[in-house]
Amino acid sequence: MSNDIRINKGLTLRLKGEAEKVLVDASRFKTYAVKPPDFHAVIPKMVVKEGAKVQAGDELFFSKYTGEVRFTSPVSGTLKEIKRGEKRRILEVVIEADASDSYREFGTMDPLSADADAVKARILESGGGAFLNQRPYDIPADPKDTPKAIFVSALNTAPLSADVEFILKDRLDAFQAGLNALSRLTPGKVHVSVPGNGAGTFSGLQNVEIHKVFGPHPAANVGVQIHKIDPINAGERVWTIKPEDVANIGDLFLTGRFTAVRTVAVCGSEAKDRKYYRTIIGAPVAELIGDVSTKDVRIISGDVLTGTQVNRDQYLGFFPNELTLIPEGNQYRMFGWLPFTYNNIPSNSRTSLTWMFPKRKYEVNTNLHGEERALVVTGEMEEVLPMDLFPMQLLKACMGADIEKMENLGIYEVAPEDFALIDYVNTSKIEAQEIIRLGLDLMITEVG
Amino acid sequence: MEWIRQKLDKFKEPFAKGKKLEKYSPAINALDTFLYTPNHTTQKGAHIRDAVDLKRVMITVVIALIPVLLFSMWNTGYQYLKQIQPEVDFWDAFGHGALEILPMIVVSYAVGLGIEFAFAIFRGHEVNEGYLVTGLLIPMIMPVGLPLWMLAISVVFAVIIGKEAFGGTGMNILNPALTARAFAFFAYPTYMSGNQVWVMNAAKVDGVSGETILGTLAAGQPVEYDSMDMFMGLIPGSVSETSAVLCLLGALFLIFTKVGSWRIMLSAVIGAAAMGLIFNALPMMGVEGNALTNFPWYNHLIVGGLAFGIVYMATDPVSASQTLKGKWIYGFLIGFFSVMIRVFNPAYPEGVMLAILLMNVFAPTIDHYVIQANIKRRLKRKNEGINAQINTAV
Repeated sequence: MSNDIRINKGLTLRLKGEAEKVLVDASRFKTYAVKPPDFHAVIPKMVVKEGAKVQAGDELFFSKYTGEVRFTSPVSGTLKEIKRGEKRRILEVVIEADASDSYREFGTMDPLSADADAVKARILESGGGAFLNQRPYDIPADPKDTPKAIFVSALNTAPLSADVEFILKDRLDAFQAGLNALSRLTPGKVHVSVPGNGAGTFSGLQNVEIHKVFGPHPAANVGVQIHKIDPINAGERVWTIKPEDVANIGDLFLTGRFTAVRTVAVCGSEAKDRKYYRTIIGAPVAELIGDVSTKDVRIISGDVLTGTQVNRDQYLGFFPNELTLIPEGNQYRMFGWLPFTYNNIPSNSRTSLTWMFPKRKYEVNTNLHGEERALVVTGEMEEVLPMDLFPMQLLKACMGADIEKMENLGIYEVAPEDFALIDYVNTSKIEAQEIIRLGLDLMITEVG
Repeated sequence: MEWIRQKLDKFKEPFAKGKKLEKYSPAINALDTFLYTPNHTTQKGAHIRDAVDLKRVMITVVIALIPVLLFSMWNTGYQYLKQIQPEVDFWDAFGHGALEILPMIVVSYAVGLGIEFAFAIFRGHEVNEGYLVTGLLIPMIMPVGLPLWMLAISVVFAVIIGKEAFGGTGMNILNPALTARAFAFFAYPTYMSGNQVWVMNAAKVDGVSGETILGTLAAGQPVEYDSMDMFMGLIPGSVSETSAVLCLLGALFLIFTKVGSWRIMLSAVIGAAAMGLIFNALPMMGVEGNALTNFPWYNHLIVGGLAFGIVYMATDPVSASQTLKGKWIYGFLIGFFSVMIRVFNPAYPEGVMLAILLMNVFAPTIDHYVIQANIKRRLKRKNEGINAQINTAV
């Protein structure tokens, strides 16, 4: 089929500690939090004060510069605390949950027959706009734009990442309703990428263009799929959205409620109850991981390649479907530079013997396995980025803040997550994701 | 082993941030990280990292050089001893060669690393590992009897002018090892060419035929070695350039570990063979040619420094082309020009060094055009998109 996407370049990392495919209902934790830093470049303006009562779907804050995007409470309860960091930047908006759900009712609506503007307004007023992201720049979508197309990647290939088919198999109605609503937001198509070798859960979807995706990570990255399906040129906008959030938008139209469901795969070699927990966005880390000792353990909100580090007493991010626990790697290794030694550490290079065991699963830690150096080795980045661009040259252009060169080399088509494997494989240990993020931020201020 | 770590930590204390000797911490860190891969963990970006680092890559190249190095120690002794005695004992030959070559390696590392450390301290960055390979390559591509002070000055030139002046490891335009050789070649020509320098103490022994094969050909003399000798490396030449078979072994190791670019190596061999074949075909076109043009193309591949240069120096990722397509072009032209320089330039019987240095200079240009093609593709796509929009609007 011509709609298939076959990826050859990339890297499948096999790690220990996959989540068992068991769904645990965990809908009632004591506290939840929405973290404004999850929305890149959004400056939050609070509309409720500490101690206020909120229902699920009530507005908590809005974006100072794109006012239409409302960020609403995922759960009903009392606004317990607004945690602030340096320069009074809001880090967490913590809500103490009520014993039972109470929702703000928006009323049901059929997105296919309703007016397109009404569909958009419904998504925005209920907080569904927070789910939408924009490419280029990988930032929250601006509702004033009309995207060329909308992309949903309904698969995961990152190490230990959650199985999207498993998460959504009992919410297919909501998923379809969400896709119907999305199809009203763009004059173009809604593209849904589904696992090529999956169970076929998504084969019956309508009003969308389905693409089967085959190949190693980063095949599931929506940026890679956009690059293959309908690449972004200068001046164009497309929107992306995570599959579970499509179902949450679907709920908005089916039930009239902002359900904010988040299914979290607790995984990683240090996690104990490695299962899927169905809870609400912003769940507390401590309650998800249980009584696991977190001494010398890295807790990651998200997957090991793109997630953010969190503490035991913090909360899961707005978007991730994974909570990963891996050991910290703060140990020395004697003569660690000797080739063909320490073969328990996976390596994409052949200077380790791990290539001999393609099926083996590894327990990895957070050691850098070296120090940052000048860029010397060439060709290794291209091996893990299935896009028609030159990653090393693009990184160098970003480092040098050469806007014209960045634009020429394809900065509009990439997001930091696409460079996560480059973070992982590159010999010089440079922070590719950070460099790309800074490059994109520069483009926002200089080009917009 | 824990006590070594504790001792080291204690020793490092005065070099810590804010302490008295902080300035010298790069030097101490270099020694420490040589013993132990540090306990640094990921602070941003991906939380897990590949086991490979620059040290490991550089050491892999050094490992690939060791068979060639050991052979050259033996061959250096053998070439010398066979001139003065009928039977050559294996260990006798190896010992003679090792005594000649080891001091060169020591001088190269001592001088080069000294400068690297000084620059690291001066600039306040960590010591990069690039010189681990360069420092071994430099003595391996010099004639055996080169006075150690000339070697030292060549190293100084290569590291300061060839590398640090451009910003250090990763920024240099020319391969530093070949920069050292080129410096010595033009500064001390009598020690770097002729028929007296390729066998140790050749000038002191009467009747030594110590000329390289290419030198012999250029002088119009008959060659007394067969192809097998050339392939195995039982011939005079710079310290380690002689054995094509061991260079091939090193090449296989580098390709297998994915440290060396097979594209560059293969295309360079193709380029050299192509140029050799063109010259070999001259008699068929009615041109008489000379000893060098009529030298069989396959022999061009196995004599002189071609194999060594292609495997260990053309593949230097910093000075080579960085794009995949560029590597093909870059490698091919190195092979092509190497043989061309050999044949056409009587002053330089060996052309590999100059061919690689020439292509080092042009590698960024090759990359520029490869990348420009990609950029043009992207622009074309954009324009097509705009045209499509205009058409639908109309």
